[in-house]
Amino acid sequence: MSKISRRKFLAGSVAGGAAVMMTPAKKALAAGSFEGFPDGMGVLVDFTRCVGCRTCEAACNKEQNLPAPAKPFDDYSVFDEIHHGQPRRPTSKAYTVVNRYETKEEGPVFRKIQCNHCNEPACLTSCFVNAYTKTPEGAVIYNSKVCVGCRNCMIACPFHIPGYTYESVINPVIKKCIFCYDTRLKEGRPPACVESCPQQVMTFGKRAELMNIAHERMRKNPEKYVDHIYGEKEVGGTGWFYISGVPFEELGFDTHLPKEPIINNVKDFLAVVPMVLAIWPALFTGFHLLATKGKSHGHGDDHSHGEEGH
Amino acid sequence: MVRAGRQLITGLGVLLLSAVLAVGCFAMDDFPDEVEIDSLANLYDGVVFDHAMHVDMTENCADCHHHTTGTGVVDEYCAKCHDGAEDGDTVACQDCHSANPVSPENFHSTPEAYSYHDDKPNLKAAYHLNCVGCHQDVGGPTGCEDCHAKTDAGEKYYHSGEYAPKQDPHQAAHH
Ligand code: HEC
Ligand code: HEC
Ligand code: HEC
Ligand code: HEC
Ligand code: HEC
Repeated sequence: MSKISRRKFLAGSVAGGAAVMMTPAKKALAAGSFEGFPDGMGVLVDFTRCVGCRTCEAACNKEQNLPAPAKPFDDYSVFDEIHHGQPRRPTSKAYTVVNRYETKEEGPVFRKIQCNHCNEPACLTSCFVNAYTKTPEGAVIYNSKVCVGCRNCMIACPFHIPGYTYESVINPVIKKCIFCYDTRLKEGRPPACVESCPQQVMTFGKRAELMNIAHERMRKNPEKYVDHIYGEKEVGGTGWFYISGVPFEELGFDTHLPKEPIINNVKDFLAVVPMVLAIWPALFTGFHLLATKGKSHGHGDDHSHGEEGH
Repeated sequence: MVRAGRQLITGLGVLLLSAVLAVGCFAMDDFPDEVEIDSLANLYDGVVFDHAMHVDMTENCADCHHHTTGTGVVDEYCAKCHDGAEDGDTVACQDCHSANPVSPENFHSTPEAYSYHDDKPNLKAAYHLNCVGCHQDVGGPTGCEDCHAKTDAGEKYYHSGEYAPKQDPHQAAHH
């Protein structure tokens, strides 16, 4: 008995491993073109308007019921914080942060960072338990109930967005900006940060229409903007995209990302993931297959019952 | 409770006063001397805007009012289509710029008539882009509390003042 189940388990794991390698391609087909959902919503972010007031951070904290911050949201000393040689990043306790960058032409320029809600999210394709979903409204959301905390998505994300919470040992999960999907986007309302901004740095609307507005702003004021919309093409296009008065490199953006979605690279990517990470998916899918096998077995029984009747 | 009550009464008083002032001066100079801008007040109090001082300081009403005061156009881009010879019926920012940050009318105006204007900022942003924009350029006040004090709701929202985090921020930053 125990021998059989172990062999079954191993077989399951191998199949699981194979399934992981297959999923990216399958999902890519399902998600369709690189434009994402045609009516998907997005946000145009115009850094020439940002004054670094951090009101968006306060709005996010309140809307998402995040823990109290270490410093008040009107404390601007956070702009001087350097963690591990880097300015602040979004974490499991703060889904968005604003940083200040010293630039050559414009002096201090502020940049808000949060999930970019990619058209073809690498987190989604890298996730072997299918915790992530790209909704037709444009949000990249996740189901923390199925998340097993493997952190593949943290490595896959080209923007280093998902944060990891160690608070619950039983259910360690990834946390990130969800475009206020549950409380707002689903009903057609803009995310809390967008609504809170005194300067309307962010404009909410259909991604396709916002893209026109972005081009229009640059045409109206060619001397005010650099000729690049970050997120129009990067990694297959992002739901949140950016226009700026200074080159994006100076604001800490990775300007060497491919134009194609990261999915195409996922196979290569999986190959270089450390063994631990590569084995985890296989193991877990193995468990999963075992569990579901039990269930479908029950089904099969009923079926064969019917056949016996013939 | 007491505090809120008092705020309400002073608020009403100022409102009444500014209404009287606005109406009074309107007839004389065609513009109000002072405007209490407070239709949005929530996290911050309203702003007592010294209109007369700003008129003295600026060269053209169109620095703030577009072409609607009939005094020409300063924005070169707008000047492509507006000569500013005619004045508009609507002058107050809040009568054109919607308070609702996502009213479709801000973002995507009605079909034919407004096909040239699909990028109108909401009211909160119209004020800030205009006021803070100029203050940054010419050295007016730009601190948030230079123009309006935080309300109790605002301190709660920003976790500041009475609601500031109690623990040592240096310790908290490590975890
Ligand atoms: C030059 C003056 C000025 C400055 C500086 C300024 N504001 Fe305002 N602000 C206004 C005006 C005018 C209003 C409209 C008030 C109203 O209608 O109630 C306003 C309204 C607001 C509102 C909406 C009303 C509310 O209470 O919720 C917020 C939020 C706000 N400001 C935040 C800020 C922040 C944050 C800063 C600092 C970055 C700032 N403002 C700096 C002039 C200013
Ligand atoms: C620095 C910016 C600024 C300048 C310059 C300026 N205004 Fe104003 N004006 C305002 C603001 C802000 C209001 C309040 C609008 C609101 O309540 O939404 C206002 C209100 C008014 C109103 C009252 C509108 C109403 O219906 O309540 C009139 C009339 C007016 N301005 C005329 C003028 C004229 C004429 C000039 C030039 C001589 C001028 N303004 C210059 C900013 C300015
Ligand atoms: C390409 C031409 C064009 C440009 C550029 C343009 N406008 Fe207009 N605008 C129009 C036309 C045409 C109308 C009249 C038709 C209408 O009501 O939309 C108009 C109407 C308006 C009105 C009156 C609308 C109302 O609600 O009463 C305002 C205010 C206005 N424009 C402001 C601006 C400002 C501010 C700019 C610059 C940022 C600008 N316009 C640039 C073409 C233009
Ligand atoms: C008669 C309607 C009308 C009134 C009154 C009005 N606006 Fe506007 N505003 C517009 C339109 C239309 C645009 C152009 C939108 C576009 O470019 O698509 C605009 C654009 C703007 C912009 C963004 C473009 C720019 O020039 O940077 C700001 C800021 C702004 N308005 C501030 C104000 C302020 C402040 C007031 C009051 C003092 C005011 N507006 C009064 C209609 C109006
Ligand atoms: C065209 C430029 C310009 C615009 C637009 C402008 N301001 Fe000012 N403002 C100034 C300058 C310059 C000063 C500094 C005056 C001084 O220090 O003598 C000033 C000073 C102020 C002050 C401090 C002086 C006082 O009255 O106590 C306040 C408050 C203020 N502005 C509010 C506003 C608000 C609110 C708006 C938008 C509705 C606005 N300003 C738009 C140029 C501007």
